[in-house]
Amino acid sequence: MKILVCISHVPDTTSKINFTDNDTKFDTNGVQFVINPNDEFGLTRAMWFKEKQGASVDVVNVGGKETESTLRKALAIGADNAIRVDTPATDGFQVAKQLAKVAKDGNYDLIIAGRESIDYNGGMVPGMLAKLIGANFVNTCIGLEVEDGKATAIREIEGGKETLTTDLPLVVAGQKGIVEESDLRIPNMRGIMMARKKPLNVVEPEQIDAQTKAVKFEKPAPKGETKMFDADNLDELVELLHSDAKAF
Amino acid sequence: MSVLVYTESENGKFKKTTYETVSYAKGIAEKMGTSVTAVAINAEDHAALGKYGADKVLTVSNDKLNKFNAEAYADVIAQAAKKEEAKVVVIGQSANDKYLAPLLAVELEAGYASNVVALPESTEPFQVKRSAFTNKGFNITEITTAVKVVGIAKNAYGLKENQADAAVEAFEPTLGEEDFAINIESVDKATNKVTIADAEIVVSGGRGLKGPENWGMIEDLAETLGAALACSKPVSDMGWRPHEEHVGQTGKPVASNLYIAIGISGAIQHLAGVNASKHKLVINNDADAPFFKAADYGVVGDAFEIVPKLTEKIKAFKAENN
Ligand SMILES: Cc1cc2nc3c(=O)[nH]c(=O)nc-3n(C[C@H](O)[C@H](O)[C@H](O)COP(=O)(O)OP(=O)(O)OC[C@H]3O[C@@H](n4cnc5c(N)ncnc54)[C@H](O)[C@@H]3O)c2cc1C
Ligand SMILES: Nc1ncnc2c1ncn2[C@@H]1O[C@H](COP(=O)(O)O)[C@@H](O)[C@H]1O
Repeated sequence: MKILVCISHVPDTTSKINFTDNDTKFDTNGVQFVINPNDEFGLTRAMWFKEKQGASVDVVNVGGKETESTLRKALAIGADNAIRVDTPATDGFQVAKQLAKVAKDGNYDLIIAGRESIDYNGGMVPGMLAKLIGANFVNTCIGLEVEDGKATAIREIEGGKETLTTDLPLVVAGQKGIVEESDLRIPNMRGIMMARKKPLNVVEPEQIDAQTKAVKFEKPAPKGETKMFDADNLDELVELLHSDAKAF
Repeated sequence: MSVLVYTESENGKFKKTTYETVSYAKGIAEKMGTSVTAVAINAEDHAALGKYGADKVLTVSNDKLNKFNAEAYADVIAQAAKKEEAKVVVIGQSANDKYLAPLLAVELEAGYASNVVALPESTEPFQVKRSAFTNKGFNITEITTAVKVVGIAKNAYGLKENQADAAVEAFEPTLGEEDFAINIESVDKATNKVTIADAEIVVSGGRGLKGPENWGMIEDLAETLGAALACSKPVSDMGWRPHEEHVGQTGKPVASNLYIAIGISGAIQHLAGVNASKHKLVINNDADAPFFKAADYGVVGDAFEIVPKLTEKIKAFKAENN
């Protein structure tokens, strides 16, 4: 089985979010970048397929040279090859189109991406990619098995889950659950050493027009005062939950 | 030309968020000087859509569509959009909406903006505000394609009544085998539980509650309020509560009317996922807990003392005012 894992390069979850250039750009100053958490779960599932069933695992990112450290980390975790499509990611559609080319060229059976990137929270690249290459698609995937070219996936739905079966080629958008948190791997020294020797192919982008553009950014409005209540006087709180929050 | 809105239903019934989505579509239609056409799949009570501004309802009834199927549903909506020559297609942001939206966008060659939180600031060029960086920022996005797909986030716009007489018209899309390449083998869903996605109120517990045996009082409070249950990440990691209840940046997002956090410190990853809630009440015995800064209401004190008391007082208030 040939697996491609899509890796988005995102600010670490503890990052302070600021904007520069008159609020038209995300300020990367002092920001640590990591593998998008949803993709890390997916990559770990790919390693499971590699080790238990035999599979090759490529990782791909659409982005500038600065994302290579993130791809190297994916190689250190155990991916075989990395591909970087050498163009800045401008919108979900443009990224999906670039990935579609890589996916077609590589003839992958299974493509694992993440439910959403924690930076722009688009939640659109995997579905668009699937549609563009005519593959089946499962979103919010929290369980995945592949046997004889048939996939069984568990999808998280509101208030529960459902079990789906489908054929390959398949794109899944994974999240925590596709593997557990405790299964995630921290690259060890050997992995890091080996990653240095693994191929990281830089490929030329397709000429593609984005369909959306980020015009401006804003920070959330500063929050008003917190109303504090005495533990001995909850009546006023209950009154406000009623009149102000309209909770009951 | 009209604004097309997909109206999600479950077992034939529309949800409150569906009416919010229709209200929002009406808001866009007014800005663009056009009407609203809704498309509803296997739903009843179409007239209710008129109350929130739908001028026309395309009703699809087809047994093959009894279970949600993203590819098939996206195909139905795309066909309706083409028939109506819609320039803007509005959808909600439920799990199913988010599943079908990218498929729909590609089908319509439309740019898609997700997690939109307000009416377009301008419709030419078409610019909408969306939340990004897991609620740590907003981004004004311009959709540059002729047809646009807009996903409106739950509780961002609210319900706006706007009576129109909805004309009901049966619509029969053409569906093929390729629409059903994914087979739904089984659905496992608690039917009697309020889900985090649908809940108006969410009651959430953290590590401060010391152990799973102490959740009784949390459940009582939630039941009194008709609220969904949630928890912080370590609580689900330790197996005190099921994974479905984990909320935050890497768990489920919460955008309820009221979020009650009990014994939760307010780590940045937790806050990011719940900040979209309108009102937040924090109960914590540490006056310096970071969560208080993000809260609307705070009570400093021992949860084991406060929570049962609060539940009793809410019960009494409800009894008195009913
Ligand atoms: C990559 C990454 C992703 C993450 N994603 C998430 C996520 O999605 N969601 C999430 O929740 N966390 C997430 N975290 C974890 C997060 O950083 C915090 O560790 C976690 O939110 C803390 O949970 P807590 O508030 O329940 O526990 P603690 O931080 O231990 O806080 C317990 C609180 O309870 C209070 N307390 C103690 N006793 C009482 C009492 N008797 N009465 C009242 N209050 C009491 C304490 O004062 C304290 O404030 C993530 C971390 C990382 C690194
Ligand atoms: N620039 C990118 N390069 C590679 N994969 C990406 C990129 N952006 C998004 N993805 C993949 O698509 C998923 C969803 O991203 P998004 O649609 O941006 O929320 C991510 O979890 C990744 O798996």
